[in-house]
Amino acid sequence: MINDRPFAPSDTSPITVTALATLLEARTGQRIAANRAWRIDTALKPIAVERGAASIDELVAAVRDGSNTALADRIVDALLNQETSFFRDAGAIEAAAEAITAIAPSKPRIWCAGCSTGQEPLSLSMALTERGVPHELIATDVSGHAIARARAGRYSQFEIQRGLATIRMLRWFDQDGSDWIAQPALVRGVTWRRSNLVLDAPPAGAFDAVFCRNVLFYLAPDLRPRVLEAIAGSLQPAGALMLGAGETVIGQTDRFVPSKRFRGLYQLAAAERSA
Amino acid sequence: MGLQVMKSCLVVDDSKVIRKVARHILEGLDFAVSEAGDGREALEACRASMPDVILLDWNMPVMSGMDFLRALRDANAAPRPKVVFCTTENGMAHIRAAIDAGADEYVMKPFDRETLASKLQIVGVA
Repeated sequence: MINDRPFAPSDTSPITVTALATLLEARTGQRIAANRAWRIDTALKPIAVERGAASIDELVAAVRDGSNTALADRIVDALLNQETSFFRDAGAIEAAAEAITAIAPSKPRIWCAGCSTGQEPLSLSMALTERGVPHELIATDVSGHAIARARAGRYSQFEIQRGLATIRMLRWFDQDGSDWIAQPALVRGVTWRRSNLVLDAPPAGAFDAVFCRNVLFYLAPDLRPRVLEAIAGSLQPAGALMLGAGETVIGQTDRFVPSKRFRGLYQLAAAERSA
Repeated sequence: MGLQVMKSCLVVDDSKVIRKVARHILEGLDFAVSEAGDGREALEACRASMPDVILLDWNMPVMSGMDFLRALRDANAAPRPKVVFCTTENGMAHIRAAIDAGADEYVMKPFDRETLASKLQIVGVA
């Protein structure tokens, strides 16, 4: 419902910022970095306006007693960073597809943890299918909104152009007005699931590769070793982990070491020792 | 450390504003930028000095982007410059026709810095 009460910008109180940080961390393990606190107003203003709240303080007060879980979900979703793009970091997905094909030539199982709006698993699926490699791909994200968008496979003109070669866009997407929709076989080839990397168990079964790119960075530092431990437990002995371009396992876990075989990937320390 | 030669980009668009915006983005990406206002001017510029990449509008007076592209590809220049269409012709049929005629990439207007940088990376010039 649109309310015509004017929205008083900014001046979100420190108590509200703390309440939001607590809510976000409790639900997702993610922290609001001090230098990103400014994003709170931008992220939450549309919800506040829609609900007729006069300020962010008023909006957040409505979820403080814990009874309005639907609103709390929306607030958490809005605070999450969902930055992603097709074939993010030039060459990374192609290199990963090559490595996965070498690790498990026959139907590799892959888990994309923190898949946001789906561009990463779809990129990987395109790269593997183009190599003639059937695969099983499970993609999870803590945000229900992001997973719903990924399932719809609908991308704006700006999203579709970022990282995706035109030739691939023509092959794998259909145009609908100014949007582009992934072909049903591409979207249905991925199992999309809302799941919390910190609180929920990993998807069942062992994986040949796990993608967890640009996710750890947002987690509270004490949670990162726990998440890496869970990932280690869900990998096949020869499986590989791919992190974001600026991320590392160094100082966070001794379960993984940089792969000697596949540049940019990590493999289980035990498997590397026996290789 | 060796010197890195700047890549060159010819921006072909009949809109001065678009040329200015593209120049600003491209110079920020370390390209040496030249400009042409239509396909014929662009062909002359290419004869004088072939750029590494051409950012090409579709609808222009005198000679369209498509006519320019066909003439350029017929000339069989070596080394072959990359051509990135950059146009408001955003329909799938136009995009397919451009790729079939020898365009390497396609940018649908409006565009931003990230889009342009990403497409230049895909064609291997950035």
